[in-house]
Amino acid sequence: MARYVLARLFSAIPTLFLVVLLSFMLVHAAPGGPFDEERVLTDAVRQNIERYYKLDEPLPTQFVSYLGGVLQGDFGPSYRYRDYTVSELIAGRFPVSMQIGALAILIGIAVGVGIGTVAALRQDTLLDRVVMGVAMTGISVPVFVFAPILVLAFAVKLHWLPAGWSGAHGVSRMLLPVLSLALPQIAYIARLTRASMIDVLKSGYIRTARAQGLGTYAIIRYHALKPAMLPVVSYLGPAIAGVLTGSVVVEQIFGIPGLGSTFVTGALNRDYTLVLGVVIFYAALIIALNLLVDVLYGVIDPRVRLR
Amino acid sequence: MRLRHFVLACVFGALLAACGTDAQLDGNTLHRGLATDPESLDPQKARSVQAAHVLRDIREGLLGLSPDGELVAAAAESWEVSGDGLVYTFRIRDDARWSNGEALTAEHFVAGLQRLVDPAVAGFYAQTIEDIVNARAIIAGDAPVDALGATAVDANTLEITLERPVPYLLSLLTHPSTFPAYTGDFADGAGAADSASNGAYRLASWAPGSLLRLERNVNYWNDDATAIDNVYYHVLVQDVTQLNRYRSGELHITDNVPPEHFKQVREEYGEQLRVAPYLGTYYYGFNLTRPPFKGNKALRQALSMAIDRDMLVNRITGRGERPAYSWVPPGTNNYDPPELGFSELSQDVRNDVARRLYEEAGYGPDRPLSIELRYNTSATEQRFALAVQAMWADTLGVETTLVAEEFQVLLENIRERAVTEVFRGSWIGDYNDAQTFLGLMQSDSTSNMTGYSNPEYDSLLNRAAAQTDLERRRLYLEEAERLMLADHAMIPLYFYVSKHLVHPSVRGWQDNVLDYHYSQHLSLDAAQ
Repeated sequence: MARYVLARLFSAIPTLFLVVLLSFMLVHAAPGGPFDEERVLTDAVRQNIERYYKLDEPLPTQFVSYLGGVLQGDFGPSYRYRDYTVSELIAGRFPVSMQIGALAILIGIAVGVGIGTVAALRQDTLLDRVVMGVAMTGISVPVFVFAPILVLAFAVKLHWLPAGWSGAHGVSRMLLPVLSLALPQIAYIARLTRASMIDVLKSGYIRTARAQGLGTYAIIRYHALKPAMLPVVSYLGPAIAGVLTGSVVVEQIFGIPGLGSTFVTGALNRDYTLVLGVVIFYAALIIALNLLVDVLYGVIDPRVRLR
Repeated sequence: MRLRHFVLACVFGALLAACGTDAQLDGNTLHRGLATDPESLDPQKARSVQAAHVLRDIREGLLGLSPDGELVAAAAESWEVSGDGLVYTFRIRDDARWSNGEALTAEHFVAGLQRLVDPAVAGFYAQTIEDIVNARAIIAGDAPVDALGATAVDANTLEITLERPVPYLLSLLTHPSTFPAYTGDFADGAGAADSASNGAYRLASWAPGSLLRLERNVNYWNDDATAIDNVYYHVLVQDVTQLNRYRSGELHITDNVPPEHFKQVREEYGEQLRVAPYLGTYYYGFNLTRPPFKGNKALRQALSMAIDRDMLVNRITGRGERPAYSWVPPGTNNYDPPELGFSELSQDVRNDVARRLYEEAGYGPDRPLSIELRYNTSATEQRFALAVQAMWADTLGVETTLVAEEFQVLLENIRERAVTEVFRGSWIGDYNDAQTFLGLMQSDSTSNMTGYSNPEYDSLLNRAAAQTDLERRRLYLEEAERLMLADHAMIPLYFYVSKHLVHPSVRGWQDNVLDYHYSQHLSLDAAQ
């Protein structure tokens, strides 16, 4: 196991290097630069700004010095937010995205697995149909429709919760965004759980367990749940990465200072260093999460051996 | 109750307790929406309009603007201008102080101006003061920073010397890039919150991307006149989010109003919706350096006349914009914009003339003009471009291809002038003077998007620049604009309006063409 993890970590190095190289080239190839505005700078002023950011050096030199910085954990200064370095921006924004994303995933797993299991046990009953119908709606309704409806209901009409992030307190400002993010997760996980649970419940060892007189709760808890979780676990890798790195839509709707919206504005502003920094950070995060999921797989399913 | 249930109940109770309307408007805190996070609160490094809004609250220049947009004394109590218009002497208030109690002196203003042109600081607005003696040379790295024509004669006297008269210098000095710099300001690692402030407010905290909290600066010379103790700027990029927060009672003032909700907002909020003329022009520009528009004035005029501007502002933009027949917007100080010759004609007559000009230019049903129209990707721009495309097709038979591009891509294409034919552009005045618009069309202006180059126009502007007599200067400028409009270098389409929702409890709000609203001029009426 340890050897497996080490090998995977080593193989991540060339992947990350490629990510850095490719995104560096792509970002610089994109038309338009970080200092383009309708008010065009005079040549002298532009040169000063480019010298300030060392953009006057040839690209390969820029890449080498950038890579050197990255190896030391320095993602350089942001071209847009002049009071901040990219590392500071990521360090400030990621925890916000993570907080909301982690909560949404936890709720997604708890509620999704719960109702998925219930639906599987009551297969083809009215309850099953209703739950799965709601889940289907949850998957189909995009978050940019669902979130504004929540805002309209709970903030604008009822005044129970704030409509945005800034100036509001802890939990109250998190409820609506977390709910918006969690809903599609609940729906998806519920459907995955139901399908795989139905399969598992049909297998021989469950029939044996029933024949031995075990109650439904015990069967689910001790025998069915673990194997039924396998598809959910493999879904969780990308899902966690997606949710942790921030939902651009939810962050923009609620005005949340998370990493997702920062990434998008960074790209639109041609904030080269910010975009690169976030891409590298995302890449590392996704690699780590995929590894984690594979390891978890080995823990849950004895048939999987990690070498 | 089992322990687990007890814990669950506690968590749930805490969740409920934490809910509630804690972000509601109260006592003496003003909540304002801000459309982007300021990229910097260093006056000389800041770039966006939004950063400037905040800086006007926490710092003060030599001059400021009154609630209705008139120039007023601020940190300087008085000033004198030499007869040739080249030397400005400012008398700084004795009681002007930084938020830490230190005296504000002429040295601080010199330091601010020097920082602005210092190549090592690399300020975005350096070029706005390049008419100060030696500024150009310093920006280019050919002269030391202290050669700048701004000197502290004594602690309270500042002298600014110009290379040529700049009649709008006083307006420039209300721009945050010319604000004073505190000694040791923004040195290595020091953030905006560590810095001293000389405005009516000081920055108490800044949660990037989220919230800027401003507190009353008790050391401000005019603190007695400040009514509101705290100002919260909420960074909300989406104008719909600002609207929602306004509707749920969390904002006093929004930065904008989303176009798609405009009608509904107007019905719902009536007087709370403030729409006012704004110093900005929306236009379609021609690339004058390439065919088909190079040297083809008749064609340019035909395209300009075939656009029904009334229809565009009523049906497409629909937020109270006014159709534009000039480049400089009305409401500009000491200026009376001339209009395009056809502005008095009805649209039918314009269309007839346009058809004739179109044929004169060598086009017709058998040989239709085929052009590309470039604009930045957005639903509003798309609808606007579609309408223009239809007008050109119906009236003239022009085949227009619409090309939507990301904003930065569009800007680069316009600047390179290699592929653009017709493009969407806009210009917002930096200060209230016709120069900010007309200077753009000078052949050596870096922001000259169309590539317009007319020696007569250039010389009229240069003559205007050398004038100290404001009336004669105005005539030169108006003559220049008349010439440029007659050349149909671009198609002015509409003049912008500023749009805000302002809560009834906010007092002292006045519409003005620059759309600057200092928090220190506002107060809150608790009764509302």
